[in-house]
Amino acid sequence: MNFQVPELGPIVPELILTTLALIILIADLFIKRKEIVALMSIASIIIVTFALISSSGTTFGGMFISDGYSTFFKIVFFINVILCVLISMKYIIIEKINYGEYYSLILFSTIGMMLMASAADLIVLYLGLELMALSTYILAGFIKHETRSNEAALKYMLLGAFSSAFLLYGISMVYGLTGTTDIKTIAAIISERGLEGNSAILLSIMLLTVAFGFKIAAAPFHMWAPDVYEGAPTAITAFMSVGPKAAGFAVLGRVFMVAFASIKIDWATILIIMSILTMGVGNIVALSQTNIKRMLAYSSIAHAGYALLGIIAANNEGLASMMNYMMIYAFMNIGAFAVIIMLRSEGFRGEDINDYTGLAKHHPWAAALMLIFMFSLTGIPPTAGFIGKLYIFLAAINAGYTWLVVIAVIFSAISAFFYLRIVMFMYMREPKDEVVLTTSAGTGFVLGITTIAVLFIGVFPSYLLGFARAALAGF
Amino acid sequence: MILELFFAYFAFAIIVLSIVVITRRNPVHSVLWMLLLFFHIASVYLFLNAEFMAAVQLIVYAGGIMVLFLFVVLLVHIKEEIKISKFIGAWSAGFTFAAALFVVVALSLRSFVVAPPGKYTIELIQQETHTKALGKLLYTEFLFPFEIAALILTVAIVGALVLAKRRLKS
Repeated sequence: MNFQVPELGPIVPELILTTLALIILIADLFIKRKEIVALMSIASIIIVTFALISSSGTTFGGMFISDGYSTFFKIVFFINVILCVLISMKYIIIEKINYGEYYSLILFSTIGMMLMASAADLIVLYLGLELMALSTYILAGFIKHETRSNEAALKYMLLGAFSSAFLLYGISMVYGLTGTTDIKTIAAIISERGLEGNSAILLSIMLLTVAFGFKIAAAPFHMWAPDVYEGAPTAITAFMSVGPKAAGFAVLGRVFMVAFASIKIDWATILIIMSILTMGVGNIVALSQTNIKRMLAYSSIAHAGYALLGIIAANNEGLASMMNYMMIYAFMNIGAFAVIIMLRSEGFRGEDINDYTGLAKHHPWAAALMLIFMFSLTGIPPTAGFIGKLYIFLAAINAGYTWLVVIAVIFSAISAFFYLRIVMFMYMREPKDEVVLTTSAGTGFVLGITTIAVLFIGVFPSYLLGFARAALAGF
Repeated sequence: MILELFFAYFAFAIIVLSIVVITRRNPVHSVLWMLLLFFHIASVYLFLNAEFMAAVQLIVYAGGIMVLFLFVVLLVHIKEEIKISKFIGAWSAGFTFAAALFVVVALSLRSFVVAPPGKYTIELIQQETHTKALGKLLYTEFLFPFEIAALILTVAIVGALVLAKRRLKS
């Protein structure tokens, strides 16, 4: 046998996180106070962050790659986990779902995302995606005694399985055409065998687009998002509106930019149509929502449409602005969800937009924070949301898609209506009855971090973008 | 010629059986038709010279998963279930989309060019036997995906347990 132990250096962060997640899963049996489990999972993410800094290279015969691109996305996933665990601690007690497995499933899901960001082989990509998705399905249905949550989990799982079938069909077709599943080798074989204009390869690109479009909730594959976002526990909605979306963009960027680099024009056309549809559906349907989680679901669909512009630009500048956008989106979206979670208290759901009426009277701080996040989601300076959109649009203009940016700006203007409606409700209406806020140290910390991040990135944008650009060196 | 005829039979039967499975009202009938479907799929694997896959298909799907399905069916109240009206009414829209997708796939596949065969030719596998070749690959070249699959199964078990846990009182 000519078997050698593969080099483990590049994959150390994933190995550590897997071990720690399993330890936490078992430790949960002996720990009564689940807050300790939550803190353990945050501690393990911090440990893994240190391991991440020193890991780079490829291993397992080129199946796994750790480079700047994957590292950047992993940092987005880590921020996502830490913030979502912090807002969960109090919330899951109120929802009466205070099980320790909640945290280990979040960690398992994150391992899946990390594998997706680092996948240099379509098989690893698929398995990473399933690991992420399966954990999220369970988390979406975590409030077992609520039909809404059951429905969310079941819908998410059935449609997720459906999209996986598209992904597998696409992968099998690429394998049949090129004889390999390695992303770099696919690119080489496509140009070597002159497959550029082949309609079978186009079909496989379309199938892959369907599957990735499902994960990033892009129209017309967004149908699951509103129901799942509404039914899932709010902290999990925050988690899956950032993590799986960023992971979807990570694989979209790597597969399309590396494996199908020679047929840029073809996939860019597909993505342009998808992007316009996504921005349109997201922003226009959001106008008529009365449930704030549902509204943010449509908003999250719309944001996927903007971020797609970065991939359509199909150069490093576009990718950097997309990565920049994902990081900013993580902060502003989780911040908004942290405010929503504060409104949830025993016997009061606080998800209706009317619940925000006159919030500024009794809780000026909460209203002010929500104002910042809503401004940022709209894209009003000096918040980070403005910077994210600005760079994405600039990258698309430089790549020659000025007309597409004009459409995006128009939709962005429409989005101001439903974001600012919340602000209007909070500040310009008299409160009906006083809303009791559920505050905790965790939520307070998250609100502090996200507010500072949103304002800091908004005022000093060059640090984050410089980091994203540096991460792309050698991609 | 005989081989083509056999393949045509199995391909046709698989399509018909799949349609039968999803259109039955009674879940027990669906499950039993599916059992027949699994046998046909196993036969296709035999055509592709994949004896091991055929055996695994029978053991895992027809054996394991089928029993699981039957258990689920046992838990469902069939007498009520049969009377429930369909969830989705617009089957014509679904049919149109499916037909359109079929046409697109069929047209695109006409330009399909098969990649040159890899290292594992039929002769080599016959020489080495299936189980050995597959096992060797799984534990060497594909060790990493294999381990991820193990993690996915762990998550599945954890998930099943969590969703079946007793509701918290406090």
